[in-house]
Amino acid sequence: MSGLGMALSSPRGVLLGPRGWAGVLAASVVLLVGVPVFNLAVPEGSAFHLSDYAVSLTGKILCYAICALAMDLIWGYTGILSLGHGLFFALGGYAMGMYLMRQIGSDGQYRLPMPDFMVFLDWKAFPWHWALSDSFVAQMLLVVLVPGLLAFVFGFFAFRSRIKGVYFSIITQAMTFAAMLLFFRNETGFGGNNGFTDFKRILGVPIATPGMRVFLCCLTAAVLIALFLLSRAIVNSKYGHVLQAIRDAESRVMFSGYDPVAYKLSIWTLSAVMCGVAGALYVPQVGIINPGEMSPAAGIEMAVWAAVGGRATLVGPIVGALFVNGAKSWFTVAFPEFWLFFLGALFIAVTLFLPDGLAGLLKRRKGQP
Amino acid sequence: MTPDLLEDGAKRLQAFEQRQADPAGSSGGRAAAFGRVARLGEPDFAHGVALYLDEISVSFDGFKALNKLSLAIDVGELRCIIGPNGAGKTTMMDCITGKTRPDAGKCFFGSTIDLLRLSETDIAQIGIGRKFQKPTVYEPLTVFQNLELALRADRRVRAALFSRLSGAQLDRIGEVLALIHLKGEAQRQAGLLSHGQKQWLEIGMLLMQEPRLLLLDEPVAGMTDAETERTAELLLSLEGRHSLVVVEHDMTFVDRLTQGRKTVTVLHEGSVLAEGPLAEVQANQKVVEVYLGR
Repeated sequence: MSGLGMALSSPRGVLLGPRGWAGVLAASVVLLVGVPVFNLAVPEGSAFHLSDYAVSLTGKILCYAICALAMDLIWGYTGILSLGHGLFFALGGYAMGMYLMRQIGSDGQYRLPMPDFMVFLDWKAFPWHWALSDSFVAQMLLVVLVPGLLAFVFGFFAFRSRIKGVYFSIITQAMTFAAMLLFFRNETGFGGNNGFTDFKRILGVPIATPGMRVFLCCLTAAVLIALFLLSRAIVNSKYGHVLQAIRDAESRVMFSGYDPVAYKLSIWTLSAVMCGVAGALYVPQVGIINPGEMSPAAGIEMAVWAAVGGRATLVGPIVGALFVNGAKSWFTVAFPEFWLFFLGALFIAVTLFLPDGLAGLLKRRKGQP
Repeated sequence: MTPDLLEDGAKRLQAFEQRQADPAGSSGGRAAAFGRVARLGEPDFAHGVALYLDEISVSFDGFKALNKLSLAIDVGELRCIIGPNGAGKTTMMDCITGKTRPDAGKCFFGSTIDLLRLSETDIAQIGIGRKFQKPTVYEPLTVFQNLELALRADRRVRAALFSRLSGAQLDRIGEVLALIHLKGEAQRQAGLLSHGQKQWLEIGMLLMQEPRLLLLDEPVAGMTDAETERTAELLLSLEGRHSLVVVEHDMTFVDRLTQGRKTVTVLHEGSVLAEGPLAEVQANQKVVEVYLGR
């Protein structure tokens, strides 16, 4: 038996292979060094200059990539298709937005210390849920806690009642739609259909400067890379294997003595929190958050990114988010009328020819099954 | 210490170890009633019965899948259950493992644990393992990982997140790999195994759980003759250490398992039609009618 232990030990200790680490390093260099250098150091006239527009676009797409990664954990690895992740993204965004609104101070249109929409509604005091909005730390906690708690409570009841498959997807869709209707109302206190915009500062620092733009983009990149490594550790652990087992044969998992509820609930909550963080990074870069981010279509798009990139691969959905959103920004400028047709065609093509997405294509070319 | 005292001590130690090693309940008699204190949450086999079903009834939309089914499986027994399609064999397993809740009746594991009040997960954790009719393994994972997941260990989330295999656990996985003849395939994806190998892998996964009672639903379906023979050997080697309930259609396999003397139970329309050695049961007029049709 002595030699057996070595022969049998699974390659669990390894987070990434050498090529994986090389990829992470390359991505880090491009995003954390390349973006600042080509945007800030290279003069504007140069051919190598990265425009401000490109920087904020990159930052925005990286936020989407975090969502795609979160989608992959819950859908790709655990087999739970959520179409409501747009809600968690928006909630994180709103928590950040509330802080940014308070940072405007008296520089708004009305020159009053209240956010403009509250002045417009003739509110004299902040509603209760704005109590902590002046504190950066408190709002950052809310970025994590609000999506996390909502996901936990929702997931607890849904998973305990063994709601699965398409029923679960529909309920998540209904949840995000209901929240969108709620946020559309002015009385809810989140700026109604206009949402929050016109941000001036973050932590007292002006927000619309090249330096801040690059900083936020790099921060998003760093968060994405960190979350990628975390996800990688998760799916390589025994816990991650249980998730995949739940996806493929849930009853087998139950009859092996595992309680799937705890596993689903934990990964579901983590996935929601990741989306919340992505939303919080998104808002200062894009400069606006409104209930449109909660629309059912937003949640479906996230699923498309994951499917196009390749489920259950981690890298795939990130690539998928970059690819689809890159294509979207190019298309909507070049052929604005055709974007939705292209998106539809892309989804059909992936479903028909690339069931494992772009990552599957790569694997196939390498000759792996 | 004097030699005789030493000898006496050694004898006592040996007797104690033997008692510990015996499947609980095999001693029976006085020790069964007075010598052991049943612990909460642990099955108590002191009376020699591993599984006890009493008048279990299940109906689906008026169709009686189980009709006052009563059955007792002894500790260490290998019991084969046969019966025509729709006799209620799989429903019976569903009731035992908590998948289906019966309308009436009792179902006890050992003499203290009421299975009807436990969830599927708890039932698996107290020591009942189940093999499905269709081999169910985790196809994208390797054979090794499949066994690792089934390994008897803390099933909670945190434990799984930080789990590392100990040497003893690795050895245990190695033993089972050898037992199910999949040593060479340890790092292969389970989805790439042949049908028979998947059946074995699933049996191996059951063994990793170290269950007291194994429920096997058609374990040799789709196996070649050689594979069937090896499966029979494997199951026979488990007899005594585990209680086994095997549902099977293949009569040669049943004959091989029961070796002409063990009890076979015939189910029909949700209740027991006949019980006894295979030859006797096969000669039973009622059984013949049921199998051949009137």
